[in-house]
Amino acid sequence: MIRFVLSFILLLAALPARAEIEVREITTPGGLDAWLVEDHSIPFVALELRFRGGGSLDPEGKRGVTNLMVGLLEEGAAEMDAQGFARASESLAADFNYSVNDDRVSVSARFLTENRDQAIDLLRASLVEPRFDPDAIERVRAQILSIINSAQTDPRDIVAKAFDGLVFGDHPYGSSLDGTAETVTALTRDDIVAAHQGALARDRIYISAVGDITEAELAALLDRLLGGLPETGAPLPGAADPNLPGGVKVTDFATPQSIVAFAQPGIDRDHPDFFAAYILNHILGGGGFESRLMTEVREKRGLTYGVYSYLADKDAAQLWMGSVASANDRVAEAISVIRAEWARMHTDGVTPEELENAKTYLTGAYPLQFEGNGPIADIAVGMQMEGLPTDYITTRNDKVNAVTLEDINRVARDLLDPEALTFVVVGQPEGLDSTLN
Amino acid sequence: MRHFLAGLTLALLPLAAPTSASTADQVTHFTLDNGLDVVVIEDHRAPVVTQMLWYRAGSADETPGVSGVAHFLEHLLFKGTKTMEPGEFSATVARNGGSDNAFTSYDYTAYFQRIAADRLDLIMRMESDRMTNLQLDEADIMTERDVIIEERNQRVENSPGALFREQKNAMQYLNHRYGVPIIGWRHEMEALDLDAALDYYRTFYAPNNAILIVAGDVTPEIVRTLAETHYGPIAANPDLPERVRPQEPPQLAERRITMRDARVSQPYVTRSYLAPERDSGAQEKAAALTLLADILGGGQTSLLAEKLQFQTQTAVQVGASYSGLSLDDTTFDLFVVPAPGVTLEQAEAAMDEALITFLETGVDADQLERIKMQFRASETYARDDAGGLAHRYGQALTQGLTVADVQAWPTLIQDTTAEEIMQAARDVLDHTQSVTGWLMAPEVTQ
Repeated sequence: MIRFVLSFILLLAALPARAEIEVREITTPGGLDAWLVEDHSIPFVALELRFRGGGSLDPEGKRGVTNLMVGLLEEGAAEMDAQGFARASESLAADFNYSVNDDRVSVSARFLTENRDQAIDLLRASLVEPRFDPDAIERVRAQILSIINSAQTDPRDIVAKAFDGLVFGDHPYGSSLDGTAETVTALTRDDIVAAHQGALARDRIYISAVGDITEAELAALLDRLLGGLPETGAPLPGAADPNLPGGVKVTDFATPQSIVAFAQPGIDRDHPDFFAAYILNHILGGGGFESRLMTEVREKRGLTYGVYSYLADKDAAQLWMGSVASANDRVAEAISVIRAEWARMHTDGVTPEELENAKTYLTGAYPLQFEGNGPIADIAVGMQMEGLPTDYITTRNDKVNAVTLEDINRVARDLLDPEALTFVVVGQPEGLDSTLN
Repeated sequence: MRHFLAGLTLALLPLAAPTSASTADQVTHFTLDNGLDVVVIEDHRAPVVTQMLWYRAGSADETPGVSGVAHFLEHLLFKGTKTMEPGEFSATVARNGGSDNAFTSYDYTAYFQRIAADRLDLIMRMESDRMTNLQLDEADIMTERDVIIEERNQRVENSPGALFREQKNAMQYLNHRYGVPIIGWRHEMEALDLDAALDYYRTFYAPNNAILIVAGDVTPEIVRTLAETHYGPIAANPDLPERVRPQEPPQLAERRITMRDARVSQPYVTRSYLAPERDSGAQEKAAALTLLADILGGGQTSLLAEKLQFQTQTAVQVGASYSGLSLDDTTFDLFVVPAPGVTLEQAEAAMDEALITFLETGVDADQLERIKMQFRASETYARDDAGGLAHRYGQALTQGLTVADVQAWPTLIQDTTAEEIMQAARDVLDHTQSVTGWLMAPEVTQ
């Protein structure tokens, strides 16, 4: 039966599903570029906005100001106070989500066709005319201080802080975009207003819309929504210079399971070897149960519930990162197995079968992402930020398939660097000391 | 600033009750001769299909002494069968560009794959195979037991909030298995063996105890043909036990728990009340409680937010939640995260005062209308997510409800009156039927 099943699979694998997504690029009369996927089957629109910069725009000494500003966007706008704004969005059943990470401010919205204009007016008020009322500032500041306080004793937050500090030092990536109790306490309304002007500007915006809307309707909507934002914003931070000396850094914290973040230098998305590295990572630690790290650390030895690796392509740095968590008395073995797998792949590369399996997975899984207005809008705006053209959706699988065994094993030798692999551990690991190179 | 305290133990449940007259149009339901229920949810916008196989068996169906075996078995189903090598199931799905996983709860265990629609035959063949042909050896068992213990370390032992929730649930349920964690008590997990796993498998894994849900770019005709081919030949289990669990006795006294852990920086108070769940043909009270949770703690305009975050600065975060999807009695939950300088005692008192005021003054009509509007809209948004709809039907059909109950729910929500909500509030928010928990850091001794 096993053989029969296998031949059946090979037959099917020759016919991968294709995403049939028609993306149109539009430019509004007001000069905004956007991507549109028009689909009238459900009466709502998913809209995604991105502003490049995000938490890394925080000025010196004002760490946390962009995060606080973003937290305040829905806490009062135009003539509405915080609860007035909430009542208005509830009445329309429009969903607005505002978030920030190291590289961007993200605004995700979905709204019904039946009250689209009112929803857009409301969203516009939050982006263009936020009030930053003193009582709202204090309320959100208290929430953020509570989060900062909680992070001090959460092992996941401690490992992120230890990792970022070691790898990125004084660059904005080197500290939490939440800020510290000291910096957040000292932030003034003027700081917040300046952060708003600096972060939400038209020179750094990316837009996608998917759903029940025409090209002309979207163009008019975007000009009304975003026309009031400043033309230019704050300068973007320079490149980071990651410090990855190799070895282990342990932060002592009393908890039963050690949490580990590890990294070595990564690769830029624009690099000609990016797809080879991407497939290589999938085989190493990117997939589900089939990756080498999952097979060796979890399936064969039961050392963890999950071990993963991934290419982190941030705006100002590229890392090849990973994570694992194991009980304090087993984490040293988990790290030793990860090191061994890293070295084995560096030296021996991958097998033809592994490459073939990775390609069929990656090319088959790609079109499955394009399901639903929300997910499609999210992918479309992400592609714009990466500088990818709309036809990438149809060419991407060809780029995956073009990678040869020779390519991928050359990249394994050139790029995988067991010596630079740096582990940051939080917990009370047995038999593991700080040994940074 | 919604959802700002991510990772807090009492995450608010989403508003969605994602079915409606419009979503119901997508749904077809039939039953095979061997008792397998089949639900088809059509969405032809993308060439994708999700198969979910739900068993009416979860941790609350376990035998006392082997807690965690339902979840352990879920892991072991990814080991081999008579015709598949260990790991081959997931590897085959991956080679076909799909993804797969599984999850276990109190009342159900479910397995799912998401894959190109033309591979439905393949994944049905494999899923039906492991319904009866599981083949395990002792080595699989030992390694995988280490994995679930690491999973417990990750989800529970490393998180004081999760440990607190376990303790609180154990206190909430004196007699029902909902008081035992899904993942299992550690000391019982460490002793789980092959016999326990196979005993659970042979008892509960059968077509007459399962629901097959297929969502995406498929037709009911194709699903029926494939289901009859792959699942149809599997015999029903004539000895399937009746699903009757030990029920809770009347609660006569309030219960309190205080837990201290050095890893707690932000203390908080929780309150839970035993509450009725959605019952087939009788979901009205659950509809009222669903709306009550939004009224009390569903966001910026909720009663607790208004009183504890806006009128006074007692709390930095508040919330209320109620999930009517449960086979037996569920809970109605509240939490308050106090502002700096506010003690848990003060936070709890402020919460109780707000509840008393609410019971005296009643429902704000405008607020109720806004909440109902959001439920209406959630039916539109739900049509964008066939996988989410599959999940809702699976949860409902493993927890005592029917397809008709699921489809009646949106109308029941809209028809619920303010007086019904107040009656539900008076019935449920009874101090003698509550469990109050404080999670805090250790006292500092000089």
